[in-house]
Amino acid sequence: MSSPPLAPGGYFDAASTLPMRPQARQALLAALDQGFADPHRRYHSARQARRLLDGARETVAGIIGARPDEVSFATSGTQAAQIAVMGLAKGRQRQGRRLLVSAVEHSCVLHAARAVADAMVETIRVDEFGAVHPGSVETQISAGNTAFVAVQSANHEVGTRQPIGAIASLLADRDIPLIVDAAQTLGRDDCPTGWSILTASAHKWGGPAGVGILAVRNTARWRSPLPDDPHEGGRIPGFAAIPNIVAAAVALEEAEAERQTESARLRSLTEGLRSVLPARIPDAVVLGHPTDRLPHIVTLSMAYVAGEALLEDLDREGFAVSSGSSCVADALTPSHVLVAMGALTHGNLRISLPPGAAQSDVDRFAAVLPGIVARVRESLGAGDL
Amino acid sequence: MTVPAPYDLLLDERGALCPMPIIALARASKQSPEATILLLADDPAAMSDVPAWCAMRSRVLVWTGIANDDQGQAFLVAPAPDNEP
Repeated sequence: MSSPPLAPGGYFDAASTLPMRPQARQALLAALDQGFADPHRRYHSARQARRLLDGARETVAGIIGARPDEVSFATSGTQAAQIAVMGLAKGRQRQGRRLLVSAVEHSCVLHAARAVADAMVETIRVDEFGAVHPGSVETQISAGNTAFVAVQSANHEVGTRQPIGAIASLLADRDIPLIVDAAQTLGRDDCPTGWSILTASAHKWGGPAGVGILAVRNTARWRSPLPDDPHEGGRIPGFAAIPNIVAAAVALEEAEAERQTESARLRSLTEGLRSVLPARIPDAVVLGHPTDRLPHIVTLSMAYVAGEALLEDLDREGFAVSSGSSCVADALTPSHVLVAMGALTHGNLRISLPPGAAQSDVDRFAAVLPGIVARVRESLGAGDL
Repeated sequence: MTVPAPYDLLLDERGALCPMPIIALARASKQSPEATILLLADDPAAMSDVPAWCAMRSRVLVWTGIANDDQGQAFLVAPAPDNEP
């Protein structure tokens, strides 16, 4: 039995964000009353807030395979990634100044690495599916002077999983720490192991916006890049948003329970789209690894189509999807992920299904997209190519 | 710009945004399947999209370089050799 739909039908941009899960909303409202106090104080309401915060921390720690004292709550996934990268570069200053980041990391990881002073950022290349090869990592670390390696658990634009286990074990042999951005994976797929620092974002799994996860192994040589502050184990500054954190933990538990059955269902829906769309649309290429991928993401590029026009027409049909094409980006440059894969960057669409996505909505999408593509091509004078 | 091989057609798509340079390349390739084409483009997507389109349509990207006056990129695109599928 599939779960009730979490998002409106036709909302296929789950990799960007999800609406809050009903149970998380209830937990949030209850925690606004019960968890308002300063958890560091010594009175009844403070102890109540402390218990709620500790409980949320234990829940998240259990799911990601960490000790509770290794888990801190950040104010976003981006903040968690920034503090992970800058703090590990600082703690490992004497061991190495090369920051090795995969070419397909989320831009917040790439920007954070470039913001580290007196360090060299080197990218690790990927194959046509967007996957990092452990052999490439091995070659690059052989030059020494490596502060850390950063590889995401799975790619946010094409859904390809990265071989975190293999990369982690070859890094462990050389005592080099690994940062894993698991924003697309938590609540949707198995949590990777072998990381030194793991980051994630609660709104991706149906928790509230404004809660990130920063998990730092006690053995990792991480030092805060920020001024001293006692909150969240000295890792995240400021008073923790306990009600949001409680809701985030409840949402993650629910997502984890649900995905045991929902992942297989979503995988068969995306599998269907992967075969049907290129069969119905000429000059369309499905991107990302065919099997070693997240269950809910399908990405394709279609020649002679402007991504912007495509999104507008799909919106008119009630579909919300995203695109990595340059005409859609703020900077008018194509997605660095698509470029690194050597993929066609124009006419790009990412379809990311929310939990509970209905087969009928997916079928309707597959029925209307070919006509929309044909119309956009016609309007560009490319109908006969 | 020293193009390392002769070409039959010049397509100056500088100033055109994606996907227009690729559409122009595809149209010229369809009209003159045997022609070697020199495409000039300054849209940032062309650097990725010309090689990707060539792979998709079994054309050969013979050479890329900087266009005249440093204004954009030049791509030399040839038909696939006859003996290849």
